[in-house]
Amino acid sequence: MRWINTKPTRGAQLALMLLPFVLLIAAYAAGSAARLAGNANDKLLPNFVGFADAINRLAFLPDVRTGDYLLWSDTAASLMRLFAGLGISTVTALLVGMAIGMLPYLRALLTPFVAVISMVPPLALLPILFIVMGLGEASKIALIVIGVAPTMIRDLALKALELPREQIVKAETLGGSSWQIALRVVLPQILPRLITCVRLQLGPAWLFLIAAEAISSDSGLGYRIFLVRRYLSMDVIFPYVAWITLLAVLTNFILDQIRIAVFPWSQLEKQG
Amino acid sequence: MSELIIENVWKEYGDQIVLENISLTVASRAFVALVGPSGCGKSTFLRMLLGQEHATRGTILLEGEPLPAEPRPDRGVVFQRYSVFPHLTVLGNVLLGKELIASKYKAKLFGPARRSAIEEARQLIAEVGLSGAETKYPAQLSGGMQQRLALAQALIMKPKVLLLDEPFGALDPGTRAEIHTLMKRLWNETQMTVVMVTHDMREAFTLATRVVAFERPRDRPEEKERYGATITRDISIWPPRRAGEFSHFSPDRDGPVVLQGPRRDDPSSSPSGDR
Repeated sequence: MRWINTKPTRGAQLALMLLPFVLLIAAYAAGSAARLAGNANDKLLPNFVGFADAINRLAFLPDVRTGDYLLWSDTAASLMRLFAGLGISTVTALLVGMAIGMLPYLRALLTPFVAVISMVPPLALLPILFIVMGLGEASKIALIVIGVAPTMIRDLALKALELPREQIVKAETLGGSSWQIALRVVLPQILPRLITCVRLQLGPAWLFLIAAEAISSDSGLGYRIFLVRRYLSMDVIFPYVAWITLLAVLTNFILDQIRIAVFPWSQLEKQG
Repeated sequence: MSELIIENVWKEYGDQIVLENISLTVASRAFVALVGPSGCGKSTFLRMLLGQEHATRGTILLEGEPLPAEPRPDRGVVFQRYSVFPHLTVLGNVLLGKELIASKYKAKLFGPARRSAIEEARQLIAEVGLSGAETKYPAQLSGGMQQRLALAQALIMKPKVLLLDEPFGALDPGTRAEIHTLMKRLWNETQMTVVMVTHDMREAFTLATRVVAFERPRDRPEEKERYGATITRDISIWPPRRAGEFSHFSPDRDGPVVLQGPRRDDPSSSPSGDR
């Protein structure tokens, strides 16, 4: 049988899914054990007891200086910035993207501009943001928006343009005005794509968030990682990275579930 | 009444002439089938009747008035694909026209207005044979059911003219025969004029009152650009079919379509089938 025609059974699928994760953890455990055997005080690859210690200290014991539970206060600070940034980007992208996709005049006006803006490296703008908006929350949220919104606008504009012309014409023969067609035909078909678009931008959004927090902040997951780097505290950095990853994976999963629950037809289309 | 008068219409894209000197008068309640080879501009012509494209020269009149430059509710349309909205249920699709007309800003109906619109939509859904499928999404329907839905969606607007762009071309012959029967009934029972583009001669002669053929009289490669297609044949079906009138000449011909001989997609009838 050809390789392209062999398919794993359900059990095999589950095993294959878990395999890379197990291998990664096993490889780390082996590396950590080897280094700790050579030097019991090695800080580069702490063992799982070290991680448990660090997690316990950060998540369940108050910080001696501030009295905060650091993991949770960092998470709250970071998520607030992340969702504020993503929220602003989402609304902007929806409004501007749909308008570009539907109206030829706005398309002529904005498409090249957005294409150029989306090529500006956002991190290069970070110093300007800090100078103009100060070191507070605004500059960090602005960085996420600048980094994420242009791509989302382009994606949604393309998606609105991709709607078959037949559908728009059909809606016109049903008496729809531009506004009504936007509201009843384009918007509902763009929303599932918007959710997918947010999911794809989660990675870049976290990147910009951590970059901003690393440079100037007094709380946040990125801030903590870059703070404890000075003490080679790998026992803190690794759990924080795992936690950020988990948060991103969860957000991704929840957003997709929302799409399926609210727009059941979008899932039917995929299967069809 | 809904008479269409097309006078000396030309369609050019830059240097390329697509249609030249088309003149045609479509009587009210006629059923005209446009046939012709691929790329001869039948669909372009239909899009001009729809208002999606505009004639380079010449005029098109509907009821003596020049055709508005945009698609309007007075001209309904069913395309071969993408005629229904994937994000709306069957009921939602049929209801949409009512909602767009009645509610200017929200484009949604509420309360008694919505209930009476739903009542009307259900009736139409039953008429095209989709009862019981009201809550399904188009992706859950077969191709034939989707086209029935597209018809119901267009008919709720009570258009003066119904334009069909190869609407049944993607259906298997059995389904097509069924939907032909439906199409005939709808044409008999409503007041509309129908213009249909088709590749299927059998379909054209089964349904239409008049078959109009588009062709390029000059089709050599060096002539292609400067000579467009025009009407080369204009055949009125005899004995004449009239909307809403029973045919005494050949009642069986204008009755339901029965398939004869091998089906078009039957492998045994294809040239390569005798391997």
